[in-house]
Amino acid sequence: MPLPATLRRLAFLAALVFVGQPAAAQVPFGEATTAKEGLEIGTSTSEIAIASDFRGADLTIFGALTNADELLLAIGQYDVVVTLEGPLDYATVRKKSRVLGIWVNTESMTFEQVPASYSVAATRQIDDILSSEGGLPIGTEHMRLSPTGYVGNAGNLTEFREAYRRLKLAGGLYQHDFGGVRFVSSSLFRASLRLPANVPDGVHMVRAYLFKSGTLLAERELPLRVNKTGIEQQITDAAHNQPIAYGILCVLIALVTGWGASLMFRKK
Amino acid sequence: MTVYLPIAELSVNIFIILGMGAAVGFLSGMFGVGGGFLITPLLIFYNIPPVVAVATGANQVVASSISGAITHFRRGTLDIKLGTVLLVGGLLGATAGIWVFSWLRSIGQLDLFIAILYVLLLGTVGTLMLNESVRALRRASRNEPTTLKRPGHHTWVHRLPFKMRFKKSKIYLSAIPIVALGFCIGVLTSVMGVGGGFIMVPAMIYLLRIPTNVVVGTSLFQIIFVTAYTTMVQAATNYSVDIVLATILMVAGVIGAQYGVRVGQKLRGEQLRALLALLVLAVALRLAVTLVVTPADLYSVTIGSF
Repeated sequence: MPLPATLRRLAFLAALVFVGQPAAAQVPFGEATTAKEGLEIGTSTSEIAIASDFRGADLTIFGALTNADELLLAIGQYDVVVTLEGPLDYATVRKKSRVLGIWVNTESMTFEQVPASYSVAATRQIDDILSSEGGLPIGTEHMRLSPTGYVGNAGNLTEFREAYRRLKLAGGLYQHDFGGVRFVSSSLFRASLRLPANVPDGVHMVRAYLFKSGTLLAERELPLRVNKTGIEQQITDAAHNQPIAYGILCVLIALVTGWGASLMFRKK
Repeated sequence: MTVYLPIAELSVNIFIILGMGAAVGFLSGMFGVGGGFLITPLLIFYNIPPVVAVATGANQVVASSISGAITHFRRGTLDIKLGTVLLVGGLLGATAGIWVFSWLRSIGQLDLFIAILYVLLLGTVGTLMLNESVRALRRASRNEPTTLKRPGHHTWVHRLPFKMRFKKSKIYLSAIPIVALGFCIGVLTSVMGVGGGFIMVPAMIYLLRIPTNVVVGTSLFQIIFVTAYTTMVQAATNYSVDIVLATILMVAGVIGAQYGVRVGQKLRGEQLRALLALLVLAVALRLAVTLVVTPADLYSVTIGSF
């Protein structure tokens, strides 16, 4: 299954290389292009399997700019940001404080539908790229973190958002690599994103954004399936889908181990 | 060599887990305890989420108690009727405990609650045991005869209604304190991942005045069913029993226990109890320190809208 898909992608990339460049070459320097700049992307794989020895993986994303202005390209006016967003879920941040000498979780805030993992690569610092574009939720600093329910104190919100970003970055589930997107030729770029060892399974989204002088021009997205394969996934599935049978199996293993050992050692 | 624990969702060194299981198994064989009260805190110290540590600890106790229960059943030192009454309370208690467990988890106070409960329980039991064994050791060194309170002495417990006759134990006792004791132990099993033998045995001897010869076998009978039930309910409600972790712990534990029993037979009872008391106190102290010391990060993130 994965092999034909990979081949198809390679063929697609080859096509990008051959089609993308002559098209750009036909446009004279400095002349305004009538067609709007566009963006095409392809990933090295559409599915990542996590086996028991998974220590993280690198995902390479290839892309090409179409109808790009050669001059603007040469002076680095185009910027590309590539993100990989994990499955969305609620996340709760808790804060401890001292109560009667003991550290207790006293405050909490729940953010709705935030990605469980998030990697971002860009041609340079996101803040430099986004300078003129307000409110785009791209990058760990700008992603949407909306709390559920009523938030009394606005200062708290900033504090909890910062703590969330910091913890996710420290845990490796959120990553950024400013400089992780490189142009391999004038209009062809390559981005590498890191998948951490504890990447959640499910459908992830690869998103690529093209900016010209800080303005968003084009956006592309591709799904990426992350599958835990082998015995690990079967165990996790069984624990969640057939919890009673799973529980009975746990008890049976305990009975057999306990009884078996006492039989084995009695004979000696 | 690392192994991935699918429910705890982290990779661990298999030899550390094997060593932990073998060491706790050895101690449980030596002291004649289930070992749940040691394995659960050890797993928590090794960064296994407390939710998983408690549920997996209960599963491990099933394995470490089964061979003892079979032995007592064969010898006829197991009162099935008394065990069943205890069990009724135990199952009710475990159900209530799971409910409390899930509720504490949803408000983010589970880890704290488990730690406080362990500190209180292990601290109290450890102090009492140390006190008792030191006195016994002193008496032994002065060659005084051990004077236990005579069983059969009547207390308020024996004036309660709903009396039942337990032929094997040769006692006539109200069902209320038995069910109540079973209930308390059941709550501890589901909230702390322990069998509860270290509380149940003294309570049966000193509070209920049940003859010592049936106490251990009967308590093991109750423990097996309550821990097995807790394992299943934890698996069904919190999805927190890690079968890989449990299997490694159990295999190492039952083998370690066989060697522990042999060493235990060579040591004197008072010495054993003093050693166990020190161990229990050390675990309690270590947990107490984590409660008081300023954490490295005041914030924590959990997935989900709890």
